[in-house]
Order: sequence, then structure tokens, then C-alpha cells
Amino acid sequence: MLRNSIIGNGLFAFAAAVGIVASSVTPAHAQKKTLDLVRERGALVCGVNTGLAGFSQPDDKGDWKGLDVDLCRAIAAAIFKDASKVRYVPLTAKERFTALQSGEVDLLSRNTTWTMSRDTSLGLSFAGVMYYDGQSFMVKKSLGVASAKDLSGASICVQTGTTNELNLADYFRNNKLKYYPVVFEKNDEAVAAYNTGRCDAYTTDSSGLYAERLKLGKLDDHIIFKELISKEPLGPAVRQGDFQWLNLVRWTLYAMLNAEELGIGSKNIAEALASENPQFKRLLGKEGDFGKGLGLENDWAAQILKQVGNYGESFDRNVGEGSRLAIPRGLNALWTNGGLQYSAPVR
Amino acid sequence: MTSPPSASAPPPTKPAIVWSVYDAKTRGLVLQVALLLALGAFFYEIITNAADNLRRQNVASGFDFLGRTSGFDISQKLISYSNSMSFGRAFWVGLLNTVLVAVLGIALATALGLVIGIARLSNNWLIARLATAYVEIVRNVPLLLQLLFWYFAALRALPMPLESHVLGQAVFLNRRGLYLPWPADGSVVVGLIVVVLAGLAGALMYRRRALAIAIETGQRVANAGLYTAALALVPAALWVALGPEWTVEWPAPGKFNIEGGLNIQPEFGALLVGLSVYTAAFIAEIVRAGISGVPRGQTEAATALGLSRGQTLRLVVLPQALRIIIPPLTNQYLNLTKNSSLAVAIGYPDLVSVFSGTVLNLTNQAVEVILVTMAVYLTLSLATSALMNWFNARWALVER
Repeated sequence: MLRNSIIGNGLFAFAAAVGIVASSVTPAHAQKKTLDLVRERGALVCGVNTGLAGFSQPDDKGDWKGLDVDLCRAIAAAIFKDASKVRYVPLTAKERFTALQSGEVDLLSRNTTWTMSRDTSLGLSFAGVMYYDGQSFMVKKSLGVASAKDLSGASICVQTGTTNELNLADYFRNNKLKYYPVVFEKNDEAVAAYNTGRCDAYTTDSSGLYAERLKLGKLDDHIIFKELISKEPLGPAVRQGDFQWLNLVRWTLYAMLNAEELGIGSKNIAEALASENPQFKRLLGKEGDFGKGLGLENDWAAQILKQVGNYGESFDRNVGEGSRLAIPRGLNALWTNGGLQYSAPVR
Repeated sequence: MTSPPSASAPPPTKPAIVWSVYDAKTRGLVLQVALLLALGAFFYEIITNAADNLRRQNVASGFDFLGRTSGFDISQKLISYSNSMSFGRAFWVGLLNTVLVAVLGIALATALGLVIGIARLSNNWLIARLATAYVEIVRNVPLLLQLLFWYFAALRALPMPLESHVLGQAVFLNRRGLYLPWPADGSVVVGLIVVVLAGLAGALMYRRRALAIAIETGQRVANAGLYTAALALVPAALWVALGPEWTVEWPAPGKFNIEGGLNIQPEFGALLVGLSVYTAAFIAEIVRAGISGVPRGQTEAATALGLSRGQTLRLVVLPQALRIIIPPLTNQYLNLTKNSSLAVAIGYPDLVSVFSGTVLNLTNQAVEVILVTMAVYLTLSLATSALMNWFNARWALVER
């Protein structure tokens, strides 16, 4: 036993030594509030996807664009009155949580599924749902398959360390079907393998399938199944323990949702600021002290709407009808339009 | 008991410890103690700091996760595994995949490296130049690129599964890999390997004994070669004929894939070929250096004794060259094992991909997972070096 405990201690020491490499910057962070740190630095550091059309991808000028990116920009607008004060850190699925835990990024806005284990055992908190998604499959049209149930015996490409990998295993086990997984670290590699015919199907969140299909040449050659085999609420996550920061991220998202509900967007913000409607006045900081509670100035939401726009505008321009992805609002419509997007009121 | 003549002279005084900054010994001692303390403080600081941070961030720690259900599947497994088994089991699957590719890679790289190394010294202009070109090209292109080349080249060159290259309705080759007939129960193969190894060991022992007798008596043991071959082959033949029943599973086209039999996946193939080809270039140079290091007089003496060229190489040059070859060869073996972790780029489920990839991501216990992975590679490397050191000691020149 003594021997064991000595070895155990040695191992722990070694483990801790490794850990410090991963979290060498945390001690300063742990005591300081994230907001103060961001202000000091003069920029928000946002963990985003390495490249997913519609969600986070650099455009031909090298500027990051997408729904997830817009949230980062909105937060920067709320803090600095300047949506461009963001530094983007592209992260793979494998790197993302460690990057957040170790303080390398201030938040993850990276199509990450909110699950119980991630919320409770990873030392992070999800601030809300940016996009209600579900997992599906993409296959070549020539295969003549229309449903996941017909995929028994197929080879399926998937990215490692995602909820998709687990859902895939669950689904096939549950339906007593056989499949051959081919697992890659990066999405691009998985898609490339699917495209060369290494796999019959490629699986990820439905929105991801639409985005990846854009890279595969002719859209008509590939079909995406309508059926979803899981629920994937994708949302931003922050480190646990800093409630001010959690609130700030959550209410940035809620401000964008509330604004859409109230019909305030980047185009009519000037008129809205002049309006006497009390709901408008509270959201835009003409009445009450809502910004102060977040550690911001009261015009925080007005800045978001001026520079980034409301949720509907962002959705439309990045993934919706106004974009190449052309994904219908579906579950992501406001509750008033039969969707799930519902935010707590500013009051 | 005669005292030496110098005994009458005063014995040399043992230098007393002088605590002075002008004393080199004292200064050294103080500096060393200070360094040790600083190092201790450094490690104490980072350990407590890391432990603190993990606790404060509410990140789970400990090794309990190894017993939890994994929930994910692995494409290539040498032991039975399914997504309802534990993370610990997934660890073993990944580890065995790493060991498999490392062991086969070392064997292939050694064979290929030996041939290329000898070819570089060939008198045939074309062969020597081809070998040189091989070494220079392969050695100077990054391994990761070579792996990607082999992987995607293989994928693109081969047909889709239902248009496979077929050999006698038994062997299929396509983009999803090579399919071979294989016993339905894999354990008989493991049994066969054990029996073959036992047979080989017996044959080797017999051969050494026969050689010892031949040296002792000056007479060759009659039919020694035949007996050696018999010892090596008969047990295996008996196992196949009389051992457990062989129910062979034949691969056959299914709806999407070839079903049944053994599937050697392209990820594995590409990794094995890539690692072997790359490492062989380095081994070839080591072999060439080893052979060049044997004095020319040895070859001339052997020729003078009437040995053929092949015999000279096999009996005189290579055994002496081995002494020079083995130590750097060990390095290459270690490199190959460590390089196998590049598997993650082409989707081969090795230890890094399965354990410090998927498992890390699902449990997010980075500290524990990375620690275990490092410990495994360390163990593998130390075991390889220990084996090679033993081999080296056996081949080292015994001075009489």
C-alpha cells in the first residue's frame, strides 16, 4: 500500500505538472473578473470553429463571418462600443474545452452542444442557445438511400470528440443496425474522406451538413436526410464561477432576441431610440439601469443593435435565406412565430 | 607486514572542510543545495497551483472515468470492444493498435532498410543510384505529408467497394481496404502465432546446439538443416491440422461494403507503409555506415579464403557491421514508435487518436489522460531500448 501511495503521489505530481502547462495563465484569471480582464486587454478573445460556413469562417478578406462570430462581435460592441475589438481563436472540437478552461479564450462561441455532462463536470457554464440543431446524415444521391434506417452496414465518417460520435453509436446500437465508423480529428478530413468514397455517409449537426455541402461542388449530388437523430442545442459557453460574465454573454444573446421580437434592428435603431415605447426604452437604455447590472453602460444593447443587428438579421445574413446555406428558420424562429427562440424579458 | 618506507614521512593531511566562499568545494556545495531547493520550490509551486486551479474550476479529476461506459465505437480493434464497454477498454484497444503498427512497422522498415542500405553500396550503377535517390527523397520530405500522400493516393487509386478488384472470390481490394478470408474465431490465429513462435524457438535452439557440436567435433551434424526446418514447421502444421476447428469466414459483397472476413483498413495500410518507407531510409544509411565501417581487409581476407560474395556479406561483413548498426538502429525503432502517433491525421485509431483524442474530449480530464499516454509511450520506448541493449550486449565484441 505504501508503495502504491508513493507511486500514486508521484503520478499526481507529474499530472499536476502537465496540468500547469495547459493552464499556465489561470492564476491571474481566477482572481480577476473576466470583464475587467477583457477591458484591460482592450479586446475580447473568442473561441470559434476552425471554419464552418455560416457559423464562423473567415471571408476572402480574412474577416471572420457567421452566426457564432456575430455573438462575439455583439459582446465586443456591448463592452467597447466597437464590434471589431475581437481576437478570434479557431479551435477544433478536441481543443475547445481545454482552451476555455485554461483561460486561453474568454468564451466559446463555437457551435457547441449544451449537454448535462459538459455543464456539470467540465468547469464551464452554457449561457443560452444560439441555434437549435439536430444531427443528421449526408449521403451521395447515387446511393439511393433516403433514411438513416437504410444505412445498415455502411461506413460513416464522423469527427472525433463530438456529441455526434456518441449519438451515432447510440442510434445504431438502439436500432440494432451495423455500421463502420471512420473517425477523424478535423471536420475537413472527415469531409474529404467522405468525398473520396472512404465512407458512404457523413454525419454531423444538420446545419454543419448544409455548410459542408457547399464545399463539395454540385449541391444536387448529395442529399441531407430530413430526419434528425438527436437534439443539439448549440450555445456559447464560459468558465464557471464568474457570474457577471455569464450574465453578460447570456443577455447579449437575449438582447438580440428581444430586439427581433420588438422589431428593432440595425436599420431602424435611430427611430427606435426616439420611440416612447417603454419596452424600447428599457432595452435601449433610455430607462432604468440595466447596463450597470452587467458592468456596462446603459446603451449596451443599442450598441449591439447598431453594429451587429438583432438575432433575425444575423440569422438571415449568415445561415438563413439571405445566405448561400438557405436554412429555414424552423426551430430557430421566435416563439411568436412557432419556433423555440424565447428570451427572458428586459425588466 | 613491512611498513612501506614512506610510512615514516608525515601522512598526507586530509583536507579539512573549510567553510569559506574562497573554497571551490564549499561554493559548489552551496550552489547545488540552492539549485535543488529552487527546483523543489518550482515543482511544489506548479503542482499545488495546478491542483488548486482544477479544484477552483470544478473540473472533475481522478481516474474513475476509466470505468465509465465509453459510448463511442472504434473502427479497428484487436480485442472485442463495443460502445457499451468502458473507457479503460477503449484505452487497451488504442494501445494494441499502436503496438501492432509499431511492431509490424519496425519489422518492415528493418527489412527494407537493410536491402536499400546494401543496394547503396552495390557496384551496379543503376541500383546504387536508385537507392541513393530513395534515401534522399524519402528522408527529406516530412513524414506527415508522406502519410497523407499514401492515404489519399491509396483512396483515389482504388475502386469503390462494389466495383472491387477481386481475386478468386476470396480477396477483395477497394477504397475501404483489403478483405481476406479469416477464421470466424480470431483466437485460433493467436494460437497459431504462439505455436509458430514456439517452433521457431525450438528450431533456433537445435541449430545452435548442432553448430556447437560441429565446432567441437569438427564434423557437421547429419541433416541438421532438415531437422531445423522440421522443428520450425511441424508444430504449426499440426496445429492447423489437429488444433481447434477452423471455420473460415469468406468476404462477400454486401449492400454498401464487403462483409465478413478480415478487413485491413486503408488507414492502417497507409500508416504502416508510410512509417516503414520513411524509417527505412534512415535505417539504410545506418546499414551503409555499418558496412563501410568494416575494414576492407576483412572482405579481402574472406575472398582469399574462397568465400563467395554472398557468404562474405552474410558471414563476415554483416556480423561485424551489426556492432556499429545496433545502437543507432535502436533510435530509429523508438522514432518509428513515437511517429506512429501521427496516425491521428489519417484516422487510424491508435492510442493518441482513441485515448488522448476521443476519450480526453469526452471526459475532458486532460491531465490524467495525457499523463497516462505519456507514461505508455515512455514504457514502450524503454522496453524497446532495453531489448535492443540486450541484443547489443550479445553482439558486442567479446575481447579474449
